[in-house]
Amino acid sequence: MSQVFVITEHINGQFEDITFEMLGKGKEVASSTGGELVAVLMGSGQKDLASQLGVADKVIYADHAELANFNPEAHSKTAAAIVAANSPKLVIAASSSMGMEIAPAISVDCNMSMIAYVSNISADGQTLVSQLYGGKMNVESAVEGNGCVACVLPGAFSGDAGQGGGSPAVEDFTAPDLSGLKIKFKQLIAPDSSGVDITQQGILVSVGRGIQNADNLPMVEELAAKIGGAISCSRPIVDNKWLPKSRQVGKSGLKVKPKFYLALGISGAPEHIEGMKDAELIIAVNSDPNAPIFDYAHYGVVGDLFDIIPELTGKL
Amino acid sequence: MNIIVAIKQVPDLVEGLEIDSSGKDLDREWLKFKLNEFDDHALEEALVLKEETGATVTAIALNADGIDKILFTAAAKGADRIISVTGDFGDVVSSHEAASALASVISQLDHDIVMTGVQAVDDRDGQLAVLLAHHLKMPHVSVVTGVKVNGSSATITKEYGGGMVAEFEAELPVVLGIQAASQTPRYVPVAKVRQIMRSASIEEIAAGGDSAGAGSSVSRFFKPESGGGAQMIEGSAADQAGKIVELLKEKGIK
Ligand SMILES: Cc1cc2nc3c(=O)[nH]c(=O)nc-3n(C[C@H](O)[C@H](O)[C@H](O)COP(=O)(O)OP(=O)(O)OC[C@H]3O[C@@H](n4cnc5c(N)ncnc54)[C@H](O)[C@@H]3O)c2cc1C
Ligand SMILES: Nc1ncnc2c1ncn2[C@@H]1O[C@H](COP(=O)(O)O)[C@@H](O)[C@H]1O
Repeated sequence: MSQVFVITEHINGQFEDITFEMLGKGKEVASSTGGELVAVLMGSGQKDLASQLGVADKVIYADHAELANFNPEAHSKTAAAIVAANSPKLVIAASSSMGMEIAPAISVDCNMSMIAYVSNISADGQTLVSQLYGGKMNVESAVEGNGCVACVLPGAFSGDAGQGGGSPAVEDFTAPDLSGLKIKFKQLIAPDSSGVDITQQGILVSVGRGIQNADNLPMVEELAAKIGGAISCSRPIVDNKWLPKSRQVGKSGLKVKPKFYLALGISGAPEHIEGMKDAELIIAVNSDPNAPIFDYAHYGVVGDLFDIIPELTGKL
Repeated sequence: MNIIVAIKQVPDLVEGLEIDSSGKDLDREWLKFKLNEFDDHALEEALVLKEETGATVTAIALNADGIDKILFTAAAKGADRIISVTGDFGDVVSSHEAASALASVISQLDHDIVMTGVQAVDDRDGQLAVLLAHHLKMPHVSVVTGVKVNGSSATITKEYGGGMVAEFEAELPVVLGIQAASQTPRYVPVAKVRQIMRSASIEEIAAGGDSAGAGSSVSRFFKPESGGGAQMIEGSAADQAGKIVELLKEKGIK
């Protein structure tokens, strides 16, 4: 494989963990195919970030005022221009809020295929596994033709292999014309940090859509109080406004690492798993024996949470 | 203002998923389909904007078994126009194929905002919103949780990890991938859907242009190792609860 490109991601001057996970996997494919690993860095006055991308053989850096903060229009145009100028066979982007705007843009603009939710890439970069159907099915794809953009799931690959290394050459890339953008970045809004910080809790009693409605939350709260933990939840609970955003675990919520995580009526979609898989002890209660959460839990209970919760509260 | 919402149905994951005899697809015989939940959020956000601005909302979907019900449900919820895009679509339509088919029709319609769900559980070759935007040569914002229209522009919020949110100002037209509507998607009773089926009609428009392929092929479906990690706790609810409490004591958690 000629070249493997990795689209790096940073926010507030810091690389996201996924950047190193992508670099680690990219390095593996590049090495086994005798190719070169190229890290793509976009920013404004942020060239020095390249020093953290030592695993790469080369860094391509595009500098532009419009790239100071992530802008879906500016970043996808620039990334597509960089890829088009180099025609790599494999581009690795993140299955993240930023990557989900960049990868399809490259795919269409550079006429490459795209595979989403990638959890594995073969050493030759030609066979990719996607986690589909909420994590209930794996699908293996064979890439044809022009090269492929792989959008990889956070946490799928180890970040260690993407850390350290040498000091790669940094090549400047002149960003394409970004005048007259239709999308303007306004501001970043930090999450509300008042109230309980679930990332600091040793015990989380986490509830998902299985709870059915907000009227059933008090029984979960009672259990959390008995067990000495805080209540957290999956995304639909927040979207329904039953609990505040600060309680959400997962991709767009918080990453937690408690001593004990009790998942009640949570299916275990990849976006949720991303936020809790490193908990020391995970116990899942779900009425569906095939729920993907059981692949990540240490202990599983197939059952009705409306039966288990009162029993558990009673015994504690 | 014209808002177009592209919607599709996906397998309901509550059903057990089985692999078909080819090993390269789901066994579709017993699958139940439902509206992609994120498309439901996109439709809801469009309807909220309709209430705020008087916009016309068009729901559009690629023709498929059962799509009529989905489209009539959208009409019952408040969509002004419902369009089924006809073409030679197989059981599985790749996102790339869907994007080019939908773009060929949407480009003929007046549109200020094109919306679709941020993702779907079967998006093997990528999420529709951004693919569609690039086919339509329009700017995009995805993972959107808020849209406020102010004349010819819109203030859009996009989510990152850790609860961080970015705010953008977009000059219309724009394509949006909706993660969550500003309110829980509305529910319509079946009776209302039945009623609308008598008064509303689905416009059929043929997909134009040559449709793009996915550029990859499925070599196999395989289930994740079921119960891979978890040691299952059996027994009655009382037994199971008892064992959990024992475990917590054993591990020094309780
Ligand atoms: C960009 C993006 C970011 C996202 N970020 C996040 C995130 O940060 N966090 C997050 O959680 N999700 C996130 N999601 C959403 C994610 O894809 C899933 O939709 C979500 O995690 C599902 O939540 P759930 O498991 O509660 O619901 P479901 O998937 O509906 O699962 C409910 C489960 O409850 C079980 N159940 C039902 N009734 C009972 C009962 N009585 N007893 C026991 N079990 C029962 C069911 O069997 C089912 O497994 C994100 C999605 C996108 C697209
Ligand atoms: N009380 C319950 N006991 C067991 N399973 C349930 C219960 N409620 C819901 N489920 C399962 O969860 C699925 C999703 O529920 P719902 O969110 O209500 O659509 C249902 O189809 C059932 O398979």
